[in-house]
Amino acid sequence: MQYKSQAVAKPYFIGALALFVAQILFGLVMGLQYVVGDFLFPHIPFNVARMVHTNALIVWLLMGFMGAAYYLVPEESETELFSPKLAIALFWIFLVAAGLTVVGYLTVPYATLAKMTGNDLLPTMGREFLEQPLLTKMGIVVVALAFLFNITMTVLKGRKTAINTVLLLGLWGLAVMFLFSFYNPDNVVKDKFYWWWVVHLWVEGVWELILGAILAFVLIKITGVDREVIEKWLYVIITLTLVTGIIGTGHHYYWIGTPEYWQVWGGIFSALEPIPFFALTLFAFNMVNRRRREHPNKAATLWALGTGVMSFLGAGVWGFLHTLAPVNYYTHGTQITAAHGHMAFYGAYVMVVLTIISYAMPLLRGRAANSNKAQVAEMWSFWLMTISITFITLFLTAAGILQVWLQRVSDNPMPFMVAQDQVALFYWMREWTGVVFLVGLVVYLWSFFVKGEEKAA
Amino acid sequence: MSSNTASIAVQNPAARPGFSLLDRYHPPGDLAIWVFILAELLAFGVFFAVYAVARMKNVELFNAMQPNLDRSAGAINTVLLLAASWCVARAVAAIEHGRRAASARWLVAGIGCGAGFLVVKLFEYAAKFAAGINLATNDFYMFYLSLTFFHFMHVILGLVILVAVWLKTRAGAYSAADHHGMETGAAYWHMVDLVWIVLFPLVYVMR
Repeated sequence: MQYKSQAVAKPYFIGALALFVAQILFGLVMGLQYVVGDFLFPHIPFNVARMVHTNALIVWLLMGFMGAAYYLVPEESETELFSPKLAIALFWIFLVAAGLTVVGYLTVPYATLAKMTGNDLLPTMGREFLEQPLLTKMGIVVVALAFLFNITMTVLKGRKTAINTVLLLGLWGLAVMFLFSFYNPDNVVKDKFYWWWVVHLWVEGVWELILGAILAFVLIKITGVDREVIEKWLYVIITLTLVTGIIGTGHHYYWIGTPEYWQVWGGIFSALEPIPFFALTLFAFNMVNRRRREHPNKAATLWALGTGVMSFLGAGVWGFLHTLAPVNYYTHGTQITAAHGHMAFYGAYVMVVLTIISYAMPLLRGRAANSNKAQVAEMWSFWLMTISITFITLFLTAAGILQVWLQRVSDNPMPFMVAQDQVALFYWMREWTGVVFLVGLVVYLWSFFVKGEEKAA
Repeated sequence: MSSNTASIAVQNPAARPGFSLLDRYHPPGDLAIWVFILAELLAFGVFFAVYAVARMKNVELFNAMQPNLDRSAGAINTVLLLAASWCVARAVAAIEHGRRAASARWLVAGIGCGAGFLVVKLFEYAAKFAAGINLATNDFYMFYLSLTFFHFMHVILGLVILVAVWLKTRAGAYSAADHHGMETGAAYWHMVDLVWIVLFPLVYVMR
């Protein structure tokens, strides 16, 4: 760690990992509810478990991005953080708000929560991923603005690099697009239209910029390749991302009441969305192959390469599978979507946050890299989680194909719930693979406490 | 801490940054622009293929609608873009011989032709919009408007790049020994031209 204020990243990383655990536990709960419908009913109904699973994911990734920004911006800008105190205060506000929101989800019925938190003043609740009460949403905006202020001021007073410029662009984009979560028109077509401006333009737009910037930073550090080379790759990748991803939003506009031309626009541009992810894979491998130093942190290198490969497979290939309108006509909103969602989120965003944590945490704890023993444990967790998410994806894909066939293609289409019973075997396999994922996560957390001979910072 | 050495390259204006392994066989301009150009060509290529499939499924409509397009405007625009590309090629040839002022003049001529394309295109669009044609009119017009508009946006981007190259040329940033940046901008502009050479016959002329 070169700058004292980088230390504020540490609580963010720890908070993120705590929420990661919550996300996986609730994932297992709802995974089981797919096959044992009344498991934990009425205490934790399916819709609540799902809400906690998805919301915890988003919040911990945001926390990870913030931690990443607090770690890398001072180092890139070659100056201390504008206000470390503000960063720490924001962490606690964010954590408490997230905790209270989850408590709200778990203790009172959703409709009551909506009433209690003033949803009738400005109705924003009840939409997938944006279920948060108005107060929480406003809290997110306040925290995000204060965070951006802190980071932007740091960049302004220090060195400007491609990495912190792209990171800032991504983070500001993230905040701006979130504002559409407050816009909830009565017309359900318009509602969905703008809802995607948050959801799609986050994960297939501005978040990719954040991903690219974090990965570029870690690659510079662990490979020692010239900054010039890495920055050029970064520019190419973000340009391709924005060229394909923005109009690619149209792949959500096929069947929601929007004009027909979206089938052509959305199809063509989203079909090209794998390209930036492929470039990301080439980028990661190319840089590691051309490394000029042997960094002692092998685990971080593994995570960085893993991000390249898994984001391409999960976001690129599995996204492409069902992005064309004639295919999506059959697959829309089936388990194919769930398969894509799991591998894309893990491969792109979970892995990039774990990459920066893997690189930065040892430094934040005063050493260049963890002991060999600890790194071996971490690499075990890498393979356990990565292989199990791959199988979760494959099982859900199988479930999805069967579901599409039984429910939508065959001569005598089955009703939804009847088809669900037919694919139960795959849900069981997914659930057990989910348990392996949890084991991987436990090994990962355990690797932080493994002792052994460490390299001095 | 050992991790911040070697992160800043030594600045050497004559060196071509990055991708050194490919330098010996590199195409003119920066490799990064070629990655970008190929991605652009792929996007247009897919769009053309989708157009072909849509036309195949509804040949009568496409054949009935095609004569309504302004072929003269399209032909003028083809000449303008080809002329612009020629000017840009002359500009690169001039800087290769160290003739900076001539190079800048050729660039201005190229930018002028490109701007002319935009003006002609705007008149063409105005006529179509005045006739009440929009994306929802029918499949043919949807493709006509989408394809030409995406290309239109690329002409604008190409012009922005050419203007930047022109400003740098005037500021003396390029020389016979180092005109890497100009070649990079020129390569992008030729791509814009190439796409139009396919687009114009495909949408306006071929039956």
